Amino acid sequence: MTSPPPPAPTKIGVTNLSFFYGAKQALENISIELPANVVTAFIGPSGCGKSTFLRTLNRMNDLIPGSRVEGRVVVGERDIYGADVDVVELRRRVGMVFQRSNPFPKSIFDNVAYGLRINGLAASRAQLAYDVEKSLRASALWDEVKDRLHDSAMGLSGGQQQRLCIARALAIEPEVVLMDEPASALDPIATQRIEELIYQLKRDYTIVIVTHNMQQAARVSDLTAFFWMGKLVEVGRTDAIFTSPREKLTEDYVTGRCG
Amino acid sequence: MSRTSRRKAGSALFVGFCALSVILAPIPLAFVLFYVVSEGIQALNFDFFTNMPKPVGESGGGMANAIVGTLIVIGLGSTFAIPIGILSGVYMSEYAGTRFAALGRFAADTLNGVPSIVIGVFVYGIAVLPFKQFSALAGGLALGIMMIPIIARTTEELLLLVPGTMREGALALGATRARAVFTVVLPAALPGIITGVVLALARIAGETAPLLFTAFSNRFFTTKLTQPIATLTVMVFTYAISPYQDWHRQAWAGALVLVTIVFVCSLLARFATRRIEGMRQ
Repeated sequence: MTSPPPPAPTKIGVTNLSFFYGAKQALENISIELPANVVTAFIGPSGCGKSTFLRTLNRMNDLIPGSRVEGRVVVGERDIYGADVDVVELRRRVGMVFQRSNPFPKSIFDNVAYGLRINGLAASRAQLAYDVEKSLRASALWDEVKDRLHDSAMGLSGGQQQRLCIARALAIEPEVVLMDEPASALDPIATQRIEELIYQLKRDYTIVIVTHNMQQAARVSDLTAFFWMGKLVEVGRTDAIFTSPREKLTEDYVTGRCG
Repeated sequence: MSRTSRRKAGSALFVGFCALSVILAPIPLAFVLFYVVSEGIQALNFDFFTNMPKPVGESGGGMANAIVGTLIVIGLGSTFAIPIGILSGVYMSEYAGTRFAALGRFAADTLNGVPSIVIGVFVYGIAVLPFKQFSALAGGLALGIMMIPIIARTTEELLLLVPGTMREGALALGATRARAVFTVVLPAALPGIITGVVLALARIAGETAPLLFTAFSNRFFTTKLTQPIATLTVMVFTYAISPYQDWHRQAWAGALVLVTIVFVCSLLARFATRRIEGMRQ
């Protein structure tokens, strides 16, 4: 159980968000506030909409033909679904780590440098190398790869690949890091390393993590939000959600009686 | 016979047929290669690459003009067919759901099925008649038109094999859609695309029909793109149907050179793809 969240300003504010895949409604009227520098976990059974919701926060769902969003999502100060929002710029500020690690078929160095290069964030080669090292250190991968930065990223183990993807996301210094079941394809030891990493990262980043694993939610998060059939049932301090939830449905779920 | 042994016999028979097919399939290849090499090698010498064709009755001479011509015409075709083919493949894969992409796919498949002689006549109509001149350019155009659908479809299929998560990974880092395609998706599929391009090259390197109407042929050495130009395939055709023994031998040698050009291309492609794939082990 982690310590209670410090009072923090709201980083992401969602008001009355609904999401549709064509005619099918996947999210209903969700409102939630996620404070800065806090780890928030989204839990709920498969198909409850938690991943869909996560992907509305950096507009990854835009790519799905026929999808539609209603409501407001404010990241920082701006409504990210506003007319004048640059999606590319938004995704630079709101990074994402996926369920299956997805390193590019390039060298370890080039993977981390990718975001820096395409966004023109490194002024010089030396700066680029410095930033790549910093991100690899931040994701606790540096010691394992420092002697083979120019080897292919595909040669890393699953856990290392996932930490590489985290390093890649951190390199462009996002304000928020979204993680979609980042450890679900990893073994327990690799999972533990990712969890330790999440714990360290919240000092600098606002983190939102989707997880199937309730122990994981309990271990890494300060706040937990429980989703059920496209609705946000309850959100609160993680210890409260797991020990004394307000809703009967939440209690049934966290104690394994449903879902 | 027991049930099990019958099943085992059936299985053995099936594997036997498969093995037999594997042996039968390459037999024509072996024969073609054997004949081309054994006949071609006799007429092949250094002069063949450097000399011009000799008039009937004189022996010796070479096909320097046709070798250079073939390379020029293939090169011309490739310069526009490779970019157009790859880019349209990119469109068909990255915007796969659109009606325009479906139309492109249908058009590519149809074009792929059009007999090469028809393409030759078409190019004759648009690029030879208006200028009243056969030309290397027209030949390149005809071959390029044939390459585009092969390259486009190969590119499309290979790009679709690149996992969607890789595109998302790039987009999530602030890449635009085009950037994601050109810096991540396309490089990931590159080895396969190179192979596809070489297959297209090999396919059109052996075309004769479309060249008869476009590049025509030329008894003299030229590198002028607006002039008719000799090519190996047309030369082999002309020499092979002639009544002269000497020309027949030259035709075999020309065929051998053609096969070698295609072979070297595939080897180079293999080498290139190996190197790229080495990067991702």
